[in-house]
Amino acid sequence: MAGKNLYDKLWDTHVVRQEADGTCLLYIDRHLMHEVTSPQAFEGLRLAGRKAWRSDSIVAVPDHNTPTKDWDRDIDDPISKTQVDTLDANIKEFGALVYFPFKHRNQGIIHVIAPEIGATLPGMTVVCGDSHTATHGAFGALAHGIGTSEVEHVLATQTLVQKKSKAMLVRIEGELAAGATAKDIALAVIGKIGTAGGTGYCIEFAGSAIRALSMEGRMTVCNLAIEAGARAGIIGVDQTTINYLEGRTHAPKGALWDQAVAYWKTLQSDADAKFDAVIDMAAADIAPQVTWGTSPEQVLPVSGTVPNPADEIDPVKRLGIERALKYMDLVASTPITEIRIDKVFIGSCTNSRIEDLRAAAAVAKGKKVADSVKLALVVPGSGTVKRQAEEEGLDKVFLAAGFEWREPGCSMCLAMNADRLSPGERCASTSNRNFEGRQGPGGRTHLVSPAMAAAAAIAGHFVDIRQI
Amino acid sequence: MKAFTRLNGLVCPLDRANVDTDAIIPKQFLKSIKRAGFGPYLFDEWRYTDHGEPGMDCTHRPTNADFVLNQSRYAGAQVLLARDNFGCGSSREHAPWAIEDYGFCVMIAPSFADIFFSNSYKNGILPIVASGDVVDRLFRECEATEGYRLDVNLEAQTVTSPSGFSFSFEITPHRKHCLLNGLDEIGLTLMHADEIRSFEAKHKAAQPWL
Repeated sequence: MAGKNLYDKLWDTHVVRQEADGTCLLYIDRHLMHEVTSPQAFEGLRLAGRKAWRSDSIVAVPDHNTPTKDWDRDIDDPISKTQVDTLDANIKEFGALVYFPFKHRNQGIIHVIAPEIGATLPGMTVVCGDSHTATHGAFGALAHGIGTSEVEHVLATQTLVQKKSKAMLVRIEGELAAGATAKDIALAVIGKIGTAGGTGYCIEFAGSAIRALSMEGRMTVCNLAIEAGARAGIIGVDQTTINYLEGRTHAPKGALWDQAVAYWKTLQSDADAKFDAVIDMAAADIAPQVTWGTSPEQVLPVSGTVPNPADEIDPVKRLGIERALKYMDLVASTPITEIRIDKVFIGSCTNSRIEDLRAAAAVAKGKKVADSVKLALVVPGSGTVKRQAEEEGLDKVFLAAGFEWREPGCSMCLAMNADRLSPGERCASTSNRNFEGRQGPGGRTHLVSPAMAAAAAIAGHFVDIRQI
Repeated sequence: MKAFTRLNGLVCPLDRANVDTDAIIPKQFLKSIKRAGFGPYLFDEWRYTDHGEPGMDCTHRPTNADFVLNQSRYAGAQVLLARDNFGCGSSREHAPWAIEDYGFCVMIAPSFADIFFSNSYKNGILPIVASGDVVDRLFRECEATEGYRLDVNLEAQTVTSPSGFSFSFEITPHRKHCLLNGLDEIGLTLMHADEIRSFEAKHKAAQPWL
């Protein structure tokens, strides 16, 4: 009998019951929450007179609506404020293991905070009403986004009704070239398999290039699994995982730690495990990536040129390219490095951790943001990341170069707060989606790594980080 | 949840691939703490030429005449015909809430994004996966025929067009049962509360740090 892959192992240890048609009740260990997708779920619970099954599984924080400056003024937008206040009230009523309200010193993006406090552990099932829950798969946990009805279902029953996905192995061997990062790996994978390439799959990322990544880098890769269409991305546990977790607030301690580590070390795919699909890529072939269109799959190496729709045979795809070029106000065959930008955003659950800020600061050090760039924002992922960056003096590097240094939150990744693009503005962004209007109505987003975003801020246009 | 059994509904064709949930319902409308009232803002940035904000009265907003939802021949449509990877991106259930509130009960596409697909069922909407060839044919027929309607029969798992063309679709027995009967999934799951409790005890014994 073939061995099990990591997804099989995580799935099998959480099945409560299985129907004849394969539909399962899957037990959920960790329920992450933010203010946008939870109010209707709590309301549903209340209307049905139900209680939370296990409130100590909940870790919650407001992150989408919170402002990133002038915290003394509270939240200006009354509708945003109502949503944040509603989360406060719901957590007070139903309880939680951890809740960091707005302005708490550890507040920030839910996908940055949970790993930071050791609330995401290997072997867990982790859900959140947020598609970027895939991030937590970096720890060898089965983690994915759910809708609000499912948030209510987990609150009420601690389970989800699920059918098992297929398993895909994305294996990246070799060493990344200088200038290429975890973000570039993820964008290159999406460019290769497309935004629907992972639909119906859980993607396991493996190979020496993945093992060489820090936990921050692995979180970036798994975070973007959803942009390849896969609900979940996972990476097997190794010493890097264990070293990251040791001593974190909610990680086990003493004898329990030893027992946990012994179990966690089994959380890898067996050597003879089977997968439904296997993708192989060489790390050395991955150049710094820049998206040019309105879907993350519309991505190119920085040395590339904007595509010409006339070269596309498939009519639906050709129309897609034409629409994207029009929306992005780009001319076919323009070199990526000639695209000029108006704003820069360094942040989001994809790239706002300490390693990301260090990489951006290393490029910005001693330089100035180009005069043509109207705003260059650095938004740390959490209060903890912010404090650590300040201890390392990164805030001073950014401020001296002309970047703004803000308070933590989701910010201009999706522009639910005041941080946004104006119509027609073009942004180099370390976030995860370049959809039409994502960073503000009419805004134009190019996704890049933190170092590439900082370099674009300095030059005023995209540059090949390998050449500076 | 409302039940879905059978529908003979007007079809609206949305001819673009990778329609994301940010396009279906833009972020400013996610600030609502309610489940209802999203229909007027469905596809807000494509449908109107001004900038929409929550609470806005949409009856006098300037509309984009080129967008299908604004064309009178598709007024009152209940079946949304779409392309590949419909509903990709964010997990926001506000997307199916807006689709349902607008009046759509059925969506047909070659593929849907995973989270959007399961969110749709929870709101009494039937997402039907059909082959690319079938979807191409439906687009052609729909564009050629004003008042084009499809007959969708969940019990028989079939879709029939006015030309007599018919195809069948897949759905898991669990989802079919819930949709046909409009069942509350939480209530169904809680019938297994004892099993959940005994699983929980075993799980905690195996991984006492959880």
